[in-house]
Amino acid sequence: MLDPAIVFASVLNGLTTGAVYALIALGLTLIYGVLHIINFAHGAALMAALYGVYFLHQKAGVDPYLALPLMVPAMFGAGYLLYRWVIGRASHGRDENILLVTLGIAIVLENLALYLWRSDTRTIETAYTFAMVPIGAAMIAAPKLAAFAGALCATAALLYVVTRTDLGRAIRACAKERQGARLVGIDVEHVFAMSFGIGLACLGAAACFLLPAYYVNPQVGSGFVLIAFTIVVLGGMGSFVGALAGGLLIGVVESLGGLWLGESLGQIGIFLIFIAVLLFRPQGLFGARA
Amino acid sequence: MRPLALIAGLAGAVALLPAVVESGFVLNMAIMTLYTALIAQAWNILGGFGGQFSFGHAVFFGTGAYAMAVLQVKLGLNAWLALPVALTLGAAVGAMIGALTFRYGLRGSYFALVTLAFAEVFRILANTFQFTGAGVGIQIPLRESAADLQFAGKPGFLFAILALTVASLVIAWWLKHSRYGAWLQAVRDNEDSAAALGVDVFRVKLAAIALSGALMSAGGAFYLQYFRYVDPHIAYGPAISVEALLAAIVGGMGTIFGPLLGALVLHGLGEATRSLMQNAPGINLVIYGVLLVLIVMFLPRGIAGLFGRKA
Repeated sequence: MLDPAIVFASVLNGLTTGAVYALIALGLTLIYGVLHIINFAHGAALMAALYGVYFLHQKAGVDPYLALPLMVPAMFGAGYLLYRWVIGRASHGRDENILLVTLGIAIVLENLALYLWRSDTRTIETAYTFAMVPIGAAMIAAPKLAAFAGALCATAALLYVVTRTDLGRAIRACAKERQGARLVGIDVEHVFAMSFGIGLACLGAAACFLLPAYYVNPQVGSGFVLIAFTIVVLGGMGSFVGALAGGLLIGVVESLGGLWLGESLGQIGIFLIFIAVLLFRPQGLFGARA
Repeated sequence: MRPLALIAGLAGAVALLPAVVESGFVLNMAIMTLYTALIAQAWNILGGFGGQFSFGHAVFFGTGAYAMAVLQVKLGLNAWLALPVALTLGAAVGAMIGALTFRYGLRGSYFALVTLAFAEVFRILANTFQFTGAGVGIQIPLRESAADLQFAGKPGFLFAILALTVASLVIAWWLKHSRYGAWLQAVRDNEDSAAALGVDVFRVKLAAIALSGALMSAGGAFYLQYFRYVDPHIAYGPAISVEALLAAIVGGMGTIFGPLLGALVLHGLGEATRSLMQNAPGINLVIYGVLLVLIVMFLPRGIAGLFGRKA
């Protein structure tokens, strides 16, 4: 048996990772809930955002957390234009087409990064990289704790936008009934592009919280893609509460799985959950039956 | 021209290639193009004819490659005997995934994601167990004789992959002209209508994924015999799934010659960029990605679509 203190530390670690997973999954679930498309380029977009944070730190000396006000709008703009110029035009009204287009975008982004910056794994070092905070019997890395708090705040902000603002109302209207939304004068294409932009803006925030305790290389996104999909499916496609709960749960599962099964085999738990949920409960834990 | 005559003509022309050309470079190009055409055709059977988009076809490819490697190296089986086992295992993995996913009615994006997850699970398993050589992979010993399904020169490999690719083309032709093929395409076009007309949707899809899996594992088996090495990333990584899907979509889904056309275009583009830009890792994949987006945007029926409905 393992020492309870180790298990406790492992659960805490899992929760902090899970909060960032939740933030990534929130963007994905928003895009799915509104546009009914699976954004396969989500991981690649996260990778691009991580490079953004990395180069801001290396070239301009911007602290990752201070990069937030730059990265979030930048990713939002990129997402808005990507939808307007590429994804919206290529859809022809078929889900499979969008899936393929976002796959194409993912291939382009990942390999462009490979071409420009080679496959080196890069990390940044800040004054607080190795700082530890004691919680009970466990020591948690300060950047991970900051990521946890930041991811929760970003989630709250997103929930506020979606539930309390006019834009949020328009987004929810388009998600429920796009034809009806069009009839009452909502510019549906604009709302779709806004949703896609907000989805990527979540990644901008996630990247700022992630980099101090993580690394970036051209393939970094693909590791997150299936995890984010698992969370979205687990929480119920389009459900925000589900994404948050699912993210925290998956973080803990990964952490404990790694503890008991080892680093390599530990990941398998996530994919098995993913397959099992899709097969037996495709509406997820919090989602409504489609 | 009739498709079967065209297949025979193409096969004859390629078979004569080693008699005319001695350049190893040209023969290698021909081998790799036919190999891509084979795995793209495997994807096309399920994705193009059946409308089930898989993002994880590597799961069958890797199974074929690992089956050949493990049977030869760990169990000492002859490659010719290992080949049918590899194909059967590919079909079995296909049937297993199909039975699970189609039984629960997964379609569209969900199916794509589940296949991807299966490929990841297999990759992690292959990466973990000593049985498959774990992260180090397996190398098969060099035995340059036709009796061991290895050949002393490129022409032998060319004939081997030509035979496999021609078989895949004939299967695609059969799908265009048989009752089963009509069922499969009916399921693709409208599953509910097909079911209402008495098509056993589940069994039709199950047969398609098993057939597709067997062909894909043949691609994996060929890869192993040609390169004599496999590791978890080569076998079950996303690159091979993307290659199969890309060539099929670029060439034209649900057509007989689409995957072959797509393979020609991809390898042609790949060579062109390699000669234009030395030492530029990833740049050919950037071009492939752009091509995929453009094809979906402007040519949903692929390059074969330009030649009309017959192709």
